[in-house]
Amino acid sequence: MRSRRFWMMWVGYLGAAALWYASVKWLPIASFQRLPDPVTVITEWLSPNPTYGISIFTYPYYLHILNSTYRATAAFLLATLLGVPLGICMGWSEIFHRYASPLLGLLRPVPPLAWVPLAILIFSGIESAVIFVTFLVAFYATTLNTVVGVRAIEPDYFRASACLGASRRDILVDVIIPGALPNIFTGLQIAMGAAWFSLAAGEMIAAQYGLGFLIMESYNLIQFPTIVIAMATLGIVGFLSSMLIRTLGRRLMRWREQTLGFAG
Amino acid sequence: MAGATTQLGPHASFPNEASAGARLAVRDVSKTYDTDGASVEALKGCSIEVEAGAFVAIVGPSGCGKSTLLNMIAGFDTVSGGEIYMDGRLVAAPGLPPRAGPDRVVVFQNGALFPWKTVLENVSYGPVRQRTLTRKQAENKAVELLRACKLDAVAGAYPAQLSSGMQRRVEIARALMNEPRVLLLDEPFRAMDSVSKTTMHRHLLDMYRISRKTILFITHDLEEAIYLADSVIVMTTRPAMIKLVISVKLQRPRHPRILFSREYLELKREAAESVHEEARKAFERGEREQA
Amino acid sequence: MRKTTAPSSKLSSRQPPRLAALTFPAFRLHTWRVNWRGAVSVGGFLLLWELLVRFGGGGFEGIPTLAQVLSTFWNKYLTSDRYWQSWLVSFERVGYGFSLAQLLGIPLGLLLGTRRVFHEVVYPLVELLRPIPPLAWVPLSILFWPTAELSIIFITFIGPFFIIVINVHDAVRSLRKEHLWLARSLGATRGYAFRRIILPALIPSIAVGMTLGIAVSWNVVIAAEMIASDVGLGRLTWEGYVSHTATTVIVGMISIGLAGYLSALVVSYAERRLMPWHKVT
Repeated sequence: MRSRRFWMMWVGYLGAAALWYASVKWLPIASFQRLPDPVTVITEWLSPNPTYGISIFTYPYYLHILNSTYRATAAFLLATLLGVPLGICMGWSEIFHRYASPLLGLLRPVPPLAWVPLAILIFSGIESAVIFVTFLVAFYATTLNTVVGVRAIEPDYFRASACLGASRRDILVDVIIPGALPNIFTGLQIAMGAAWFSLAAGEMIAAQYGLGFLIMESYNLIQFPTIVIAMATLGIVGFLSSMLIRTLGRRLMRWREQTLGFAG
Repeated sequence: MAGATTQLGPHASFPNEASAGARLAVRDVSKTYDTDGASVEALKGCSIEVEAGAFVAIVGPSGCGKSTLLNMIAGFDTVSGGEIYMDGRLVAAPGLPPRAGPDRVVVFQNGALFPWKTVLENVSYGPVRQRTLTRKQAENKAVELLRACKLDAVAGAYPAQLSSGMQRRVEIARALMNEPRVLLLDEPFRAMDSVSKTTMHRHLLDMYRISRKTILFITHDLEEAIYLADSVIVMTTRPAMIKLVISVKLQRPRHPRILFSREYLELKREAAESVHEEARKAFERGEREQA
Repeated sequence: MRKTTAPSSKLSSRQPPRLAALTFPAFRLHTWRVNWRGAVSVGGFLLLWELLVRFGGGGFEGIPTLAQVLSTFWNKYLTSDRYWQSWLVSFERVGYGFSLAQLLGIPLGLLLGTRRVFHEVVYPLVELLRPIPPLAWVPLSILFWPTAELSIIFITFIGPFFIIVINVHDAVRSLRKEHLWLARSLGATRGYAFRRIILPALIPSIAVGMTLGIAVSWNVVIAAEMIASDVGLGRLTWEGYVSHTATTVIVGMISIGLAGYLSALVVSYAERRLMPWHKVT
């Protein structure tokens, strides 16, 4: 017998779906009537021969997903490979921080999406421009969280390792990286989520494949149910990728899961 | 009194000529902090002579600067004035960059076992990093040491799984692995309940009896200080100076029953007044600063 | 040897570290010491800009130098009505969307955190909708709302809305039950407990949620304007792009950045007024 929470959750989902359906089909307000209703969306999504060409059985659907995933992953990896080491340097060395922080702070207020036009002009290619903008967003998240992670390490760990004869390299490997890892992973999760947000926007503005693009195209071609399919897919893929990172983090930091077992 | 449940067995790394305690000389050491324009004098003109293998306790009100002194002796912080010598060798002076090292290992107040390493990895950390032993050799030695401390059962556990008493013992073991000349303990048992504290005292005294290192023990607890040490140094509140040095001529090995002996109570009375006076001053200063 | 200073006091200790990182202020306006190292790196960046434009070739050919941007701004934009109108329009949109998000989101978060049945039914929906990027709502928003203005405001609303709901919900959930029990045992009524205990405990989370939300709002309004409007700073930038006038694009970007920064200052000021005990530097 499933828990009460389980059933209540489904009450919520079905209730919302019913509300959606009712408001689209029966409410005499023009705004609502323009929207696609859940039944149409679901049937379209699961149909082997969809009216508008996109469903779980069609090849272009996965093409779009793949494109978006490729861009998001590339940007994310780049952001991690650059952001984490930079964050470590900034967190560890006050001098380095004084050099780097104002520069980062200068560029940060510019919303990432505002970079899209400039990026397209500079990179003269949509693909790299979109990846660049996505990268920017993820980069800030990884860097800043890594800095926080390094600074949050108790000073006693540094002192202890100095006592025990650790070189600077040892401190990096034995204290800084494991100590900052929880925050680094939080940063990675935020970066992944932010990457998806940014990617969708970039694709909507200026791409030719991908889920963001699919949303805009279906809108322009008056294929409304597909809009919702693309939105839902975006949500799912974003959620899955965050979960992947979270699981990876948990495996790397198994020592955190151990709670007090022995009673001295 | 309680039985010898944590009595340390004989162990190869304990009685070792090379790691017998060092002579420590602190000469007129002072420390000033410059923060945001205001300069705060934390420590003023402290001079301490510690013989090789002596057990010295430093007592004073919280926040008075005891840890500052320890940080300078350990090599974590620069010295603003004065010098510190170890076995005649200059280890700290104004302008000299601070160098911490395995000859002066510290056991920290809140514990600094690496939470992401197992007990075994923690204990064998020092020699491996200093490259004095290979990993295999270090681990073997660590296992022997843990066995002597009756901790071999938890060698594969993470620190978070242990009670605070066990964690502290592991930390002491980790320190001992490096065969330090001086062992510095910064209020190590502060956060422990009195039962665990009793166990830890016994453990520390056993270890001291066998290995005779120079020990510098910081505490706010006067009773603990007199019970454990050969001499107790009472420090004033900020700027910290040496107020009183008491020589504790109680018999070793120390046994809990001396806590009720006449000599012990006499020593306590002698020191208590000084300590309480400083504590009151610190309290009043705190009140004045808040008002 | 790393200086053994305590974790930086720059980050307020109450905020959960990850969110605190994103609110790290760019410049400390109220300290007078100049960070010359920072000036060096910023100067280096500007120098790099200059060099890339002159010698970079390829994609950098149409790009103006900083000097050109500034002179164009001075001559063309400073006195242009349309430019300042764009500021107003974008600010209005962010203002409405963001404020609405707080007005609706905070009560919803409270409900979710306090009423169990409500939580069980509604929270899964929130979790479901949250990962959908705000911009993805644009087409539906356009379809649904009768005017373009409303559809854009809806987008600037959605971003901060989910953020504040989650923040408030988490904060209520993590309230120490002991505080509530203590209040009850001292005779507090439910209303009193709510006003004097729950609400003040929420303020830090609300502050963080607002800071994040305003950034998201700005990020989103720009893109929304690029897609679906003919006025606003985002639109201005987009027009620069379409007409291959990189100068306009850069002016647009800098303006947007400034606008976002000013909004963040306003939020930060409000945060400091609401939480005088909070050490925010």
